[in-house]
Amino acid sequence: MGGPALRSAEWDFVAARRRLEDKPKSAGEKLTSIDDAAARVADGDRVAVGGCLFSRTPLALVREILRARRRGLTLVRNLMCTEGEFMMAAGAVERVMTAWMSIGLPWGVSKVMRHYVESGAVALEEWSHLALGLRFRAAAMGVPFVPALTMLGSDLVAVGGMKTVADPYSGETLAAVPALFPDLALLHVHRADRFGNCQIDGYPHMDADIARAAATVLVTTEELVTDEETRRHPDRTVIPGFLVDALVHVPFGSFPHECYGLYEADFDHFGAYTASIDARGPEVAVGDYLARYVYGPPSWDEYLDLFGGERLAHQRALARELTQ
Amino acid sequence: MTVTSSELLAVQGSRVLRDDTTVFAGVGVPLLAAALAQQRHAPKLTMVIEGGIIGPRIKPGRLPISTNEMRAGHRAQMLPGITDTFLFAQRGFLDYGFMGGAQIDQHGNVNTSVLGTDYWKPKVRLPGTGGANDIASLCKEVIILTAHEKRRFVPRVDFVTSPAWLGGGDSRRRAGLAFGGVSRVVTTLGVFGFDPETRRMRLDALHPGVTREQVREHTGFPLLEAATVIVTEPPAAEELAMLRALDPERRFLG
Repeated sequence: MGGPALRSAEWDFVAARRRLEDKPKSAGEKLTSIDDAAARVADGDRVAVGGCLFSRTPLALVREILRARRRGLTLVRNLMCTEGEFMMAAGAVERVMTAWMSIGLPWGVSKVMRHYVESGAVALEEWSHLALGLRFRAAAMGVPFVPALTMLGSDLVAVGGMKTVADPYSGETLAAVPALFPDLALLHVHRADRFGNCQIDGYPHMDADIARAAATVLVTTEELVTDEETRRHPDRTVIPGFLVDALVHVPFGSFPHECYGLYEADFDHFGAYTASIDARGPEVAVGDYLARYVYGPPSWDEYLDLFGGERLAHQRALARELTQ
Repeated sequence: MTVTSSELLAVQGSRVLRDDTTVFAGVGVPLLAAALAQQRHAPKLTMVIEGGIIGPRIKPGRLPISTNEMRAGHRAQMLPGITDTFLFAQRGFLDYGFMGGAQIDQHGNVNTSVLGTDYWKPKVRLPGTGGANDIASLCKEVIILTAHEKRRFVPRVDFVTSPAWLGGGDSRRRAGLAFGGVSRVVTTLGVFGFDPETRRMRLDALHPGVTREQVREHTGFPLLEAATVIVTEPPAAEELAMLRALDPERRFLG
């Protein structure tokens, strides 16, 4: 029995480079609407998601992709959280690549993941956390693989189809971690100007590498700043505008996940969500959740209204307390 | 108040950590153990967390749930990003890796991926490696903290997520893992090491009141025994007080 094997499009650095060479790399306007940004995602795309677990997840973009009823996606994220559960339950993904999936220790092993992966509806291809990071790093470097000392000897090697390479100098066996060039990157950042120059506070996660690895980059930002503001602190820019294809201004664009320094994740919301799954099973519970939070509210503002201003203000205060 | 299993693991685990070292700690009991060591006997210990965090100060009552949320990085010294954080370990800067385990075998290999023999058709899909495989591959020394149950201590794990001594002998080295390996397994019954030749698990110490028979009963494979099996010191009042102050809501201490 086998599962998904390594596909050449993942590591084909020549094709990935040609794709970039053929693409406009404008320093011009990137600001657009959320539905226009999400319309760039096609069925069957390989989509990399920035942030990590419930930190800086581009949930507004994920929601819009679900609303567009995309199918056959491959979702790639180092640690996968509720966004992966939504994609599974909505039938949007056929394959996920990750190092770990669930929400967090207090909520146990993801029942949604278990349901869709154990039944064979979705293939979960597991890589180590560093190996996934290096797959993005290799792609960001424009090379087909990077040598590393991790994942060797484990059964993860066969799952992802990773090969080893002999060090041409010492003869030692090294992991040849293959590049991963996504079709799309979905990212959420703290601030950006209208030309797509992006700055991130707190945890950088893997966003900068993902932006360099992907063919198309979609970004939502908490704050929209002027060109002057970017130029005042250029050392803080981690993604230059010419990498970015579409930018959307979405305050609270990760909620109920966290955004460093701005708002803490809504753990009560996770608790209610998992309690509903425990009570009614993944298909019904997540189906109802999607109807209420994804397919229901036409705009992100109306989505946020479901949480209420008081809750948002509370989560802001908690974030300030933790980071000051 | 009696000592819970998690408290026992955290205290016994914390004692393993020496001062002037670095530890790569997973959230939950491993992080509590590291924070306790730092407060009690290892003030010059640096904690590293896989979400991309160096030198955090754990805030009592606000323990992190994940390795990459704001709580984990409270008053940290550096937030280098995830890939670069692991690369500190690959370079050799991390003395200890501190992790839990779902299923562990006689050579210390850990499975946190799937139960069942076919990866693509698992009986039970578990969350996965996260950074555990990398910690097990790259740190100078790995210490596993786990509840001691027969269903966890199996002759062979269904799936090697985190490599320890693989098939024993020099098989780790032959796989290309030139460094590290699991040095100790701290459980709710005792402390275990590995025979330097065969790399089979060996009983080194029993917690007070625990018998060899109890250990054998709860282990699914034959254990070696050290020439002298010692008895560990029970958690001291001071250690328990410090530990409980870190987790007043008893989110991880049970």
